[in-house]
Amino acid sequence: MIRLRELRKSYVMAGRPLPVLKGIDLTIPTGELAAITGSSGSGKSTLLNVLGILDAYDSGSYELGDVLVKDLTEARAAELRNKYVGFVFQSFHLLPYKNATENVALPLYYAGIPRRERFRRANELLERVGLGDRADHLPNQLSGGQKQRVAIARSLVTNPRLLLADEPTGALDSATSKEIMDLLVEVNRAGTTVVVVTHESVVADRCPRRIRLVDGLIAEDQHS
Amino acid sequence: MNPFDLDRWQEVGDALLASPVRTLLSMAGVFWGTFALVVMLGFGKGLETATERAVRGMATNAVFLWGGKRTMPFQGFPTDEWLELDASDVEPLRQLEGMRWLAPRNQLGGHRGSGVARRGPEAGTFNVVGDVPEMAFIETSRFDGGRFLDELDLDERRKVAVIGKQVAETLFADGADPMGDWIEIGGVPFKVVGLYHSARTDDMGDREEQTIHIPLTTFRTVFDGGRPSVQWFAAVAEDNVSASDLEDRMKVLLKERHHVHPDDDMAFGSFNAEREFGRIRRLFSGIRGTTWLVGSATLLSGAIGIGNVMLVVVRERTREIGVRRAVGATPRDIVRMILMEALVMTSLAGFAGLVAGVVLCELASAAIGPDNPSFGPPQVDATATLIAGVVLVCAGLLAGVLPARRAAAIHPVEALRSE
Ligand SMILES: Nc1ncnc2c1ncn2[C@@H]1O[C@H](COP(=O)(O)OP(=O)(O)O)[C@@H](O)[C@H]1O
Ligand SMILES: [Mg+2]
Repeated sequence: MIRLRELRKSYVMAGRPLPVLKGIDLTIPTGELAAITGSSGSGKSTLLNVLGILDAYDSGSYELGDVLVKDLTEARAAELRNKYVGFVFQSFHLLPYKNATENVALPLYYAGIPRRERFRRANELLERVGLGDRADHLPNQLSGGQKQRVAIARSLVTNPRLLLADEPTGALDSATSKEIMDLLVEVNRAGTTVVVVTHESVVADRCPRRIRLVDGLIAEDQHS
Repeated sequence: MNPFDLDRWQEVGDALLASPVRTLLSMAGVFWGTFALVVMLGFGKGLETATERAVRGMATNAVFLWGGKRTMPFQGFPTDEWLELDASDVEPLRQLEGMRWLAPRNQLGGHRGSGVARRGPEAGTFNVVGDVPEMAFIETSRFDGGRFLDELDLDERRKVAVIGKQVAETLFADGADPMGDWIEIGGVPFKVVGLYHSARTDDMGDREEQTIHIPLTTFRTVFDGGRPSVQWFAAVAEDNVSASDLEDRMKVLLKERHHVHPDDDMAFGSFNAEREFGRIRRLFSGIRGTTWLVGSATLLSGAIGIGNVMLVVVRERTREIGVRRAVGATPRDIVRMILMEALVMTSLAGFAGLVAGVVLCELASAAIGPDNPSFGPPQVDATATLIAGVVLVCAGLLAGVLPARRAAAIHPVEALRSE
């Protein structure tokens, strides 16, 4: 599913390149549930954004399925993101003026799916994450856990091959965190490759594979 | 993807309705701009209508010409001598290139003079003029009965009169039918053969209706002691001939015939309707131009206002734009979204302003009434509406360009990190 070779990326800070990813070699097979751990600033989010084609990298190579993700136009990157990748963020990132159904349906809008069909599929996904009765609620009428469920429903609505979650439980209490992880595990069982960035060991321990980043390099790669 | 996709507009509508108060406030400028433009154009049109109505019935390419004093000695003729035009000038003038109608006229008591007419106990002071049939083509009155003077009237020096409405109202105050009845001018009886009212609504129209027309030949015999003098000429140019050119040619000819120095411009007096109308027309096109300028400027500032608000909105919606990009929006999708929002706001505001302006004009129209002499009903014509619409759409796009570019430049990763 994912194959990274010698992947490097640096940011330019005050006119100087600041290397963040310093040569990542990583293969994640289809159907895996992997955690990326590491201390703050180790490059986890950066790596995840590259995996999600949200950000470009400097050198090396990244293959997503049979697509070489390199030097893509913005339009092509957007298309691939829309088709193959679902994102879940720490702070949910729901649009405040859209209700749950509309938020979940948003990726389908950019996929060119008609409105009625979008809402039908969105409601299906909301049922799947256990929020069928909250379809017309606005984000501010939902709890943190419910918001994250809506976000997960949104990330799944286009049937992506890859779900990327950046600290999905970072803003949630431990009970809710567990529920969300249950949901992600279930999503993974249903066949979606899932990569979760986290610095919580409780979360990481739910994943069969744990990759630890230290200062832009893979320091540890555990399977259990 | 189809640009007329209802879905897109719905998406735009949702975004605008997300903060309705802000949307309405940012639309206010364009609303006022359009409203002001429509109202100013409408009322300008009303003024124009009133003015046009006032001069209706006068040929717009008419020239009036009368004799004055020679101001330069020429061919042994002295200055300060009154120049008298006469019947022998008629035919040469008629032969002039570009001359459509020519009518000599004499008036009792001279220019702006008057004469007393009576009928039994009723009497009044009116303009008594000697005319030829051609005058009917220059001063186009509306006949309520009978006819204007004809060739036979002139050939036989008939004692017939064509009278204006106000003459009839004075002399036939008893309600009798003027047609075929007799009136007395300077003790001489004339039979009324025509009755008319003026097409104009201004004081010139009043003057026209206080006029008694008799055959020029009769006038000379009865009031001028048989002299063939002509007080002034009224002329109308051919359709594609400028009245000013005709006026010049008439003067050149008359200067030759009456021994006037070619440069003696004071020797003949003249009035050129074309020039007057041209002045009025220029005044109105000036008013219209100013209106468009002011209106468009107001509109533009309204559009800039919308653009400004949208810049702020784009900044506030950075995260939303990041989310949209993350789920598959291309930069083009974002540009299109912002442009459409700007377009919808300007169009809606403009349309509302247009409707409000038209409603105000209609209300004013109803209040003013259809025949108010000093103010015509304000009217908004379709062309102006169309142009305003096009200007609005352009303004809308213009308002959206900068915010849209700003929005498209937002990097999704940065946008999503901003907390
Ligand atoms: N846009 C950026 N410009 C400059 N430095 C950045 C930028 N984004 C991230 N960084 C730096 O890159 C490093 C890795 O960031 P990140 O991937 O967010 O780490 P993590 O998610 O593991 O905490 C950090 O030192 C961070 O300051
Ligand atoms: Mg991070």
